Amino acid sequence: MIKSRRQKLGAVALFVILTLGAVVILFPVAWMLSTALKSAPEVAQYPPKLLPERPMFQNFAVAWQKAPFTQYTVNTLIIVVFTIAGNVLSNSLVAYAFAKINFRGREFLFKVILATMMIPAFVTLVPTYVIFSKLHWVNTYLPLIVPTFCGNAFHIFMMRQFYRTIPNELLEAAKVDGAGHFYIWSRLVLPLVKPVLATVALISFKGAWSDFQGPLLYLSEPAKYTLQLGLQVFKGEGYTEWNYLMAVSFLSMIPVVLLFFCFQNYFIEGMNISGSIK
Amino acid sequence: MDQKTEREDGVKFGKIVGRMKIKTQRGRENAYGYLFILPWIVGMLCFVLGPMIFSFVTSFTNYNMLSGKFVGLANYKKMLFQDQLFWKSLNNTLFYSALDVPLVTIGGVIVAVILNKSIFGLRTFRTIYYLPSIMVGVGTYFLWMLLLDPSNGLVNTVLGAVGIQGPGWLTDPNWTKPAIILMHLWALGGQMLLYLARLQSIPKDYYEAASLDGASSFRQFTKITVPLISPIIFYNLVIGIIGAFQVFQEGYIFSGNGSGNPAGSLLFYNLHLWNQAFKNFKTGYANAMCWFLFVIVMGLTLLVQKFSKKWVYYEEGGRDD
Repeated sequence: MIKSRRQKLGAVALFVILTLGAVVILFPVAWMLSTALKSAPEVAQYPPKLLPERPMFQNFAVAWQKAPFTQYTVNTLIIVVFTIAGNVLSNSLVAYAFAKINFRGREFLFKVILATMMIPAFVTLVPTYVIFSKLHWVNTYLPLIVPTFCGNAFHIFMMRQFYRTIPNELLEAAKVDGAGHFYIWSRLVLPLVKPVLATVALISFKGAWSDFQGPLLYLSEPAKYTLQLGLQVFKGEGYTEWNYLMAVSFLSMIPVVLLFFCFQNYFIEGMNISGSIK
Repeated sequence: MDQKTEREDGVKFGKIVGRMKIKTQRGRENAYGYLFILPWIVGMLCFVLGPMIFSFVTSFTNYNMLSGKFVGLANYKKMLFQDQLFWKSLNNTLFYSALDVPLVTIGGVIVAVILNKSIFGLRTFRTIYYLPSIMVGVGTYFLWMLLLDPSNGLVNTVLGAVGIQGPGWLTDPNWTKPAIILMHLWALGGQMLLYLARLQSIPKDYYEAASLDGASSFRQFTKITVPLISPIIFYNLVIGIIGAFQVFQEGYIFSGNGSGNPAGSLLFYNLHLWNQAFKNFKTGYANAMCWFLFVIVMGLTLLVQKFSKKWVYYEEGGRDD
């Protein structure tokens, strides 16, 4: 089709609107960086200045020393690594069974999984806390890690949809050759579902890295704090060191943003297949 | 398959199933199936079913983490008739959910539809619009507290430049919830991505046929686009409602220390629940609140599901499971 004048004008109008939207979206990000580079008086200045007079790059280093942020990062990474391992391992096993093993009660149990997605997490939060405190797991990472090894309804659902795209003939052929389900799952199927494994790993990383409520509830000893809890130190009594707070906030966001951009293609493929069947 | 070849599985699962001496194919499939889903079964019993039963039982007691006595319906009576903060928190949550869920959904659809057109710089735009949704963590909340500062925050400075007196945002009880919604609208890229994935699966010829028949772009949007993405909209609505009812972090961080102030306007249901359970140690009472939340969210989900039959379109002869 030949584009009419009207369509061309429409395209230009859309471009302008999108550009304005992009500016609105990027401005807060730029503001974060610019505040991180300001001196304390500049932060308090009214009207606020767009850019600092002299960018104070040392703010990042100074802010990092205001609390044991290296320790907090290590703590966060411990939780993140176990969360990824737990989610990828448990959900890929469970989802495989629901997609490829014909066991009795499968349909019913899958409906149960779907139903659990509708249960608000807060409903089980209080009683689960009681259990963990009776086990003396409070103020350890166990309450944050152990449940991730027990499957997650969203991930199971997403992975099952992906597994179902693998032709059954492939599995049947392996079975004829005498392979058991564990062999088929670990050697044949897992290599084929890398995009969805990456997606689960990525979502788990994002979730565990940015989790605030879990650590807030379970970690009371400052040495065990995660990054998200640690950020609170700048919100002191009545006075906030905004430049330092923004500096560490900015640093704390880099890993997730970088990972999502690096694995964008995997992620979109993983989401696509599971999304299109919903 | 005999036991020997099962063992050649070379891994524990095969050995376990092999040792069970199950002869039939059917029986082996059952054994494998339940072994594979074992993690979920354990999780279901320990972290969902068990806790829910425990919370139901203790909701009729004055349990406080150490001891408890049966008090009948006292917790529920107190919740419904005496605790004014309960109603305040429920109202706050309802008001917030009723605004946040539709606005973010509509916003997400609109942005996705626009970013599905062929425009110069499309990839860059998609990246930019998506960016805020992966800027996660407490840092974003602090950034918005800074942006929304009533006097020298960026938002009110920009509004002032065009002659509008900006509101007090997080210091004005009437504006705290709109402030949260503003932050969520900024980060609607995550939802946008889901819609975009679906939009890209719609064949181009649907639109070409429609334009040849003289259908306007608005008609194409309402008659082709919306029906085809309605399952995803529906899914996001359900998840959105459940999520909105659990709003916690926004209230906790924006009110500084979980107080829910200014004027209790940020005291959301779960924040009140949290304070009862973990600050006042009224576990029994908090569990009554848990169950009330459960019933409400279930009711709303079923309601949405009922209405969805009217407008959600499923391809190829109806709904899938």
